[in-house]
Amino acid sequence: MTTSTPTTRGPAPAVTDASAPTRAPGLALRRTALYATLVALALVFLMPLVWMLITSLKTYAGAQQIPPTWLPDPLSGYGYEQILNNTANPVLRWFLNSMVAATLHALLVLVTASMAAYALARLRFRGRKVLFALVVGTLFIPPTSLIVPNFLIVDSLGWLDTLTVVIVPGTASAFGVFFLRQFFLSLPRELEEAATLDGASQWQIFWKVVLPLSKPALATLAVLSFLTNWNDFLWPIYVLFSPETLTLPPGLGLLQGSYVTDYPVIMAGAVLASVPVLILFVLAQRHIIQGVSRSGLKG
Amino acid sequence: MADVIEVGAARGDAPPPAAGPGRRNAPVRRAGRATPYLFLAPYLLLFGVFGLLPIVLGLWLSVHQWDFQLPNRPFVGLDNYAELFSSDSAIYGDWWQSVRATAIFTVLSVPLLVVVPLGLALLLNHSFPGRTFFRAVYFAPYVLGVAVIGLLWRFLLDANLGLVNRLAGMVGLPSDTPWVTSTPWAWISLVGVTVWWTSGFNAVIYLAGLQDVPAELYEAAKVDGANAWDRFRNVTLPGLRPVLLFIITTTVLASANVFGQSFLITQGAPGTKTRTVVWFIVEEGLRDNDAGRAAAMSIVFALMLAVVSIANFRLFRYRED
Repeated sequence: MTTSTPTTRGPAPAVTDASAPTRAPGLALRRTALYATLVALALVFLMPLVWMLITSLKTYAGAQQIPPTWLPDPLSGYGYEQILNNTANPVLRWFLNSMVAATLHALLVLVTASMAAYALARLRFRGRKVLFALVVGTLFIPPTSLIVPNFLIVDSLGWLDTLTVVIVPGTASAFGVFFLRQFFLSLPRELEEAATLDGASQWQIFWKVVLPLSKPALATLAVLSFLTNWNDFLWPIYVLFSPETLTLPPGLGLLQGSYVTDYPVIMAGAVLASVPVLILFVLAQRHIIQGVSRSGLKG
Repeated sequence: MADVIEVGAARGDAPPPAAGPGRRNAPVRRAGRATPYLFLAPYLLLFGVFGLLPIVLGLWLSVHQWDFQLPNRPFVGLDNYAELFSSDSAIYGDWWQSVRATAIFTVLSVPLLVVVPLGLALLLNHSFPGRTFFRAVYFAPYVLGVAVIGLLWRFLLDANLGLVNRLAGMVGLPSDTPWVTSTPWAWISLVGVTVWWTSGFNAVIYLAGLQDVPAELYEAAKVDGANAWDRFRNVTLPGLRPVLLFIITTTVLASANVFGQSFLITQGAPGTKTRTVVWFIVEEGLRDNDAGRAAAMSIVFALMLAVVSIANFRLFRYRED
């Protein structure tokens, strides 16, 4: 399931024809049409992101020209200077907060979800079925409908306006447990049984046998959790208030409020928030895409 | 349940050094009785506090008048619910306005978010050089958060300074469309941005589904002389049915929970016409200090979504018969 990449398995009826010399001209034409379509679509998907980068390198006046110019003239670091030396909008601080929050959140999800998923997949205990049904059941409750009660809960814990409030509550999500349980169930039991005969405890089996075998699934879950947390917007805008405790998404909202149409500054902030996740996407593309496609097939 | 949580609380979040209890038992079943619960404890603690408690608390809040400013939070029965349905209450107009906005967005966006990604997936479902690259490009916007894409599109759709009107002008279309400040343009903007942002996500799910359509069926259809359209209708679509059901259900839920796009791009404009349910609930609960009323709205909203989801499943069942 994890090893079969789509390309090696692809049905691709068109390609089997590619070697047939008699139909080559028609095929070349179809190939060209395919690539033309793909490139046109790629422009649609990428152009906005390129425009974000271009604008972040313009001066204020440069971005105010009507109609807009294609290239920054003059090329300027104005937008970035504004966000780097800004005490009312400490963008670097938000960046750091986001990095810390998303990293700790991903770690917390890995630890708690993998342990719970192991118990649900491999251990026998009273109430297992009920518990699993309860956990999965919450997947069907729109998380947005729990925001107000959760606000009261974090308030009574004294977590409002601290980074804890964006790290911890989201780990209650059932997704990680469900995702890892499915993966653990797909692992062959022989190794675990052998370890049991060698006298290993459940904890040792979990730590030394199951987790090492599950590295791809753990990486996928870590990356998805990091992304979700990094991008979260609705929750942080209501539970973080002070400029120095904000993460990037609510920070960007604040930036838009203070700079309104000073687009180079706003776009520089957006670029700063995009670069880490785009890098992560390039590096972990396989994990992200497999995680998404597997979450779909389960349903 | 409560016991388990207490165990978790007492031990903290540290992984249990569970080597101890197992030693006593026979080799095959060496797990101690407490071991499963120790594995579960850290997650259950979090799940209990931030997953289950808010559900119970939400129900409780919804039957109380719960103002952050006031010391007394009296029980009011179903008043909070009744207000949502009686046209002379203060909240009636705003509430149904937000339901209407959410319904418009969902009805307009779901068909596109089902069809466009399917097109992308079919396009990518061959092996050709660059396939992985294009798949990544189409997926890329999705890894950016709503804050980034909201700010970006607020700018791109700016009537004077935005790229969209500039490009429209270049191809001879009106170059002064008020994309984010008046309807119907605001709806087109919100839907268009969402299609651009999340199509790659659904496309990847479709692609995985397409892998499971047996290649032999395509071959057989070809031998029978079926053209591309027939093959799509009679082989691809039936093979994709479970994936389609999944995509439609999750997309309806995602669209109905829309918040960031309208919060950042149209900012509710014109007036509060594009203010969505989620936005209104959170605003009511956390800014206007009425957690009871907000909780009642959350529950009514969750029930509405449940009805829509069940209707989806039914529709698909019947069509299968």
